[in-house]
Amino acid sequence: MEKLKSSLLNMLLSLTIVCVCAGGILATVNMYTSAPITLAKAAALETAIKNVTPPYDNNPLEEAYNAITSAGDSLTIYPATMGGKPVGVAVESNSKNGFSGEIRVIVGFDTEGTIVNYSVLEHAETPGLGSKMEEWFRTEKNNQSVIGRSLSSGNLSVNKDGGDVDAITASTISSRAFLESINRAYSAYKGTDATTGATSNTTATDANSEATVLEEAKEGGENE
Amino acid sequence: MSNWKTLTNGLIKENPVFVLLLGMCPTLGTTSSAINGMSMGLATMFVLICSNAAISLLKKLIPDQVRIPAYIVVIATFVTVVQMCMEAYLPALYASLGLFIPLIVVNCIVLGRAEAFAAKNNVIPSIFDGLGIGLGFTLALTLLGALRELLGTGKLFSFTLMPEEYGALVFVLAPGAFIALGYLIAIVNKLRKE
Repeated sequence: MEKLKSSLLNMLLSLTIVCVCAGGILATVNMYTSAPITLAKAAALETAIKNVTPPYDNNPLEEAYNAITSAGDSLTIYPATMGGKPVGVAVESNSKNGFSGEIRVIVGFDTEGTIVNYSVLEHAETPGLGSKMEEWFRTEKNNQSVIGRSLSSGNLSVNKDGGDVDAITASTISSRAFLESINRAYSAYKGTDATTGATSNTTATDANSEATVLEEAKEGGENE
Repeated sequence: MSNWKTLTNGLIKENPVFVLLLGMCPTLGTTSSAINGMSMGLATMFVLICSNAAISLLKKLIPDQVRIPAYIVVIATFVTVVQMCMEAYLPALYASLGLFIPLIVVNCIVLGRAEAFAAKNNVIPSIFDGLGIGLGFTLALTLLGALRELLGTGKLFSFTLMPEEYGALVFVLAPGAFIALGYLIAIVNKLRKE
């Protein structure tokens, strides 16, 4: 067969046919992969929620709602309940002050506002420096860990800013952004607590956890 | 030229990274670890083989003056297929390569082979050419990724070989990619001359 001449009709026809075929192939593949993609995303989110909240028996994905932070924007909260009683929440939070782009984390609080665990969903921080945040803030070493801390006594901040959390070595900016996203998550969580009418005994437990934070801070000081 | 020669041609004599110096953007960008480099190489190889085969089949039906847009559409289709499959079945890998997968479309290796080889040869040699160049690209990216991972973090394919404290972080960062690639090209050229 001879090669087609570059006449207007030939060019129009061949390009159109190529594009239509490409569209057809993509539509077919999309039909088969869109369901697994949604499933994979939901599964990843559910695993993240399971990792950061106390054990629960409801479906937090279905009961998710949006809450307003003190800064005025909204974050998604996934409530976890056990036998109908709330045991904690997972808050999907973010910070735009990362060293290179947005940081998205999911952080779990129990009903007293203590951090149960966290998971970094997405970040673009420097590999080997800022990327250490996935492990750094749960490692029990000096004042690195944020697990078990309560934010009721005020926001968390790195020691360079007068706080008591050890920043990642050589990554203060990433650490700041990470803590900012945690603080935002807490403010969204507390904001909703106020509107849903939190029970009065939280104040007592708040005072307790405040004491633990102070103790932790003291211990940290001695370690250094 | 026999199919075997076409295959080895892409691996050593015309290695896209070390000899032709094509596709530098994904080479420098994705090789922060050996596994990332290898996955990027394999994804590119898949696209290369498919696009080479499709273009050598279609070459008579595509008039010369619209061949570039037609080739780009063909290549983009295969890249999107790879992207959707990876997102559906390998979400972890997709998260780490993310941005670089769509960029395979504009990888000059793929368009270059379509133009230089597939548009002039039959289907079988074109597939072998895609395989050879793809393997060469994968080899180069894996080598560079392994070197950077080892020098930067002391690990190889995530297995610790030496304590992380001995690693020079610069190799994981962008400047280290240039340094490591420069030395690799020098070594490969020295070996080729002998």
